[in-house]
Amino acid sequence: MSLFGEVPQATPVAVFKLSNDFKDDPNPMKVNLGVGAYRTDEGQPWVLPVVKKVEKLIVADNRLNHEYLPILGLPEFRSSASKIALGEDSPAIQENRVGAVQCLGGTGALKMGAEFLRRWYNGNDNMKTPVYVSAPTWENHNSVFANAGFKDVRPYKYWDAEKRGLDLAGFLGDLETAPKHSIFVLHACAHNPTGTDPTHVEWMQVAEVMERRKLFVFFDSAYQGFASGCLDKDAWAVRYFVTQGFEMFCAQSFSKNFGLYNERVGNLTIVARDADNVRRVLSQMEKIVRVTWSNPPSQGARLVAITLNTAELFAEWKDNVKTMADRVLLMRASLQAKLQALGTPGTWDHITQQIGMFSFTGLNPKQVEYMIKERSIYLMASGRINMCGLTTKNIDYVAKSIHETVVNVQ
Amino acid sequence: MALLKSSKIISTVGLHPPLGVLSIRASSWWSEVQMGPPDPILGVSEAYKRDTNPKKINLGVGAYRDDQGKPYVLSCVRKAEAQIAAKKLDKEYLAIGGLGDFTKACAKLALGDDNEVIKSGRNITVQTISGTGSLRIGANFLSRFHTEARDVYLPKPSWGNHTPIFRDAGMQLKAYTYYDPKTCGFDFQGALNDISKIPEKSVIMLHACAHNPTGVDPRPEQWKEIADLVKKRNLLVFFDMAYQGFASGDIDRDAWAVRYFIEQGHNIVLSQSFAKNMGLYGERVGGFTVVCKDAEEAKRVESQLKILIRPIYSNPPMNGARIAATILNTPDLYKEWLGEVHGMANRIITMRELLVANLKKEGSTRNWKHVIDQIGMFCFTGLKPEQVERLTKEFSIYMTKDGRISMAGVTSGNVGYLAQGIHAVTK
Repeated sequence: MSLFGEVPQATPVAVFKLSNDFKDDPNPMKVNLGVGAYRTDEGQPWVLPVVKKVEKLIVADNRLNHEYLPILGLPEFRSSASKIALGEDSPAIQENRVGAVQCLGGTGALKMGAEFLRRWYNGNDNMKTPVYVSAPTWENHNSVFANAGFKDVRPYKYWDAEKRGLDLAGFLGDLETAPKHSIFVLHACAHNPTGTDPTHVEWMQVAEVMERRKLFVFFDSAYQGFASGCLDKDAWAVRYFVTQGFEMFCAQSFSKNFGLYNERVGNLTIVARDADNVRRVLSQMEKIVRVTWSNPPSQGARLVAITLNTAELFAEWKDNVKTMADRVLLMRASLQAKLQALGTPGTWDHITQQIGMFSFTGLNPKQVEYMIKERSIYLMASGRINMCGLTTKNIDYVAKSIHETVVNVQ
Repeated sequence: MALLKSSKIISTVGLHPPLGVLSIRASSWWSEVQMGPPDPILGVSEAYKRDTNPKKINLGVGAYRDDQGKPYVLSCVRKAEAQIAAKKLDKEYLAIGGLGDFTKACAKLALGDDNEVIKSGRNITVQTISGTGSLRIGANFLSRFHTEARDVYLPKPSWGNHTPIFRDAGMQLKAYTYYDPKTCGFDFQGALNDISKIPEKSVIMLHACAHNPTGVDPRPEQWKEIADLVKKRNLLVFFDMAYQGFASGDIDRDAWAVRYFIEQGHNIVLSQSFAKNMGLYGERVGGFTVVCKDAEEAKRVESQLKILIRPIYSNPPMNGARIAATILNTPDLYKEWLGEVHGMANRIITMRELLVANLKKEGSTRNWKHVIDQIGMFCFTGLKPEQVERLTKEFSIYMTKDGRISMAGVTSGNVGYLAQGIHAVTK
């Protein structure tokens, strides 16, 4: 008899299973539009030129070692990362009421924020506080908050499948009826998976309701710079909420905009009423970090800190980011144009209206299955495609396949 | 300024300016958040930093230092880094369970190359965020799936972070006798007595080698009896191995207890850290292993470990694992590593001997044999809190209140002064 005899086989995480199936597919025309990682026009991963440069600097610097970072992470990383999100001239930073925790990727930042909120927000250890995530959202949002102990993770209306855009009325309606103090996970830009962001005016309306109903603002910022190509533009919503006086969390990921996926570089930015609140919050964050990973990994944070804090490297990084964003924009325009030219039934404006890495094509599960089985084009069952998987070489094949699928499969 | 600017934007689009913008809200979501108590170990290092005494010594630090008191980056690590840099690898996400080259080598290091467990594929080893991350994943796994028992039995004393980790994961903490303050050694009979009373199926935590904080390890014959008793009591064994190679200088010797237990039929869970033995502290390199009944069970357990890992940090960091894998899988780097680990362990052993010799020279008549008998980075001196306080206040020698010193902080340059101080407060 084994102690683990009753352990059931868990279902694999969908997006990784998709990648595995893609890998095993022998079809030479196969295309992977699943996992969210940037690809060049040759379909290859891209280590940013500035990253290569800084890595060499780090290896060559004999003053550096592999000692433990402080529990909350590398100080120069934390402060420069928060500046990226909030802006150098952020009133909150100037008023000394911003804190940060270096975390393992965006996931780690969400996790730390969630664990803190469960312990200290809306009472002590209040697991009943509702946590709202967009419908749809990155699937791991649900798990992160549920595993942090929250018993009530619910969807808020977001995506309007019929009009293929934001369901603003539904969103605002859910904000109005949410129990006071509910936590709302907002996508700072380049909404995953729909690529559909509120406009500035729409964000202002969201903020107004959240302020009035005392809802907690938890931003997930995984694509800053990657969405429009401009860091400040992509941070507009986060910064607007700060000027509106919110206390809030912002989980930042540097996986995509630095291409540092596997180094797990993330930052939880905390905006509070004043420095004293920040101090106490951070002291409690330390306790949570200590029982989870003790202190964060140094390599990626050091790399980002050096880059952000060195003028020429910072400029080069912004340029690299724009390169990635521009290629995505090009693929969007190209795909839309091709579908239009083919006369594919339906409207395809959403492809160019949506922003960031992902596009919610509107393909239904049957059509998705057809794409995978008959055309070896791998995408999520939700119809989400990663624009980065498109290249000038495969875009014709993909466009024709979408056309054929839409025409033949309902 | 910014507030005025934003209210201007609002009136432009005709929305009523929210009052919150212009009034100062006194209350905060976090008003009730208490200041967390300072970390007992970090507090030591911080106080040390503030001290201006040129003779000050930091014996709180749980990180290896060379004889100049400096951090030591292993030569094999630098070589591995150069090799890796030349390969121009990408930065794509690792699998949830980590780098395969690392996890395989990690298991082999602990269990031995030709261990039957590895051959039959009945272990699952995942890459973790160093030792802490490994213990946490293990605690979460046991909390979710080991539902017959909620109790984890730690040796008394144990690493300070064990308790909060297991507690946060939902387990309950109990203790078994381990350290004998009268002898500064192992209370073998006390341990056996307590273990014989542990309810069946409870989890028992064992430090594989170089017990932290006492440096007191059971002898092989004593391990054999413990293994026997643990089997009789039907306990689930959780080994924490943070110092393989670092204790005796020999990686096989340090893993002996782990391998013996497995040989005796215990399907253990095991946490490994490469922080100390490869000096990869800040890169966060570790492994968590579950020894299962068979390969099929290992697959099921693996799938559940992934489910636990994903909502914490998705997948682990590459850099340190890549370095460790390169060292473990490249014969001449591996050989060099064994030599360097041996060197670090030797320096520690030498410092132990020097400290005792110097204490005798100072004229101390106390029995300091335990300083040499204990093993690994830490030494439980037997000093009382008042004596520790005096050492800190009068001599600027910093250690934790329980009298634990990190031998890594001792150098040939400061051992004389250290002996002076210890003698002064104990004579």
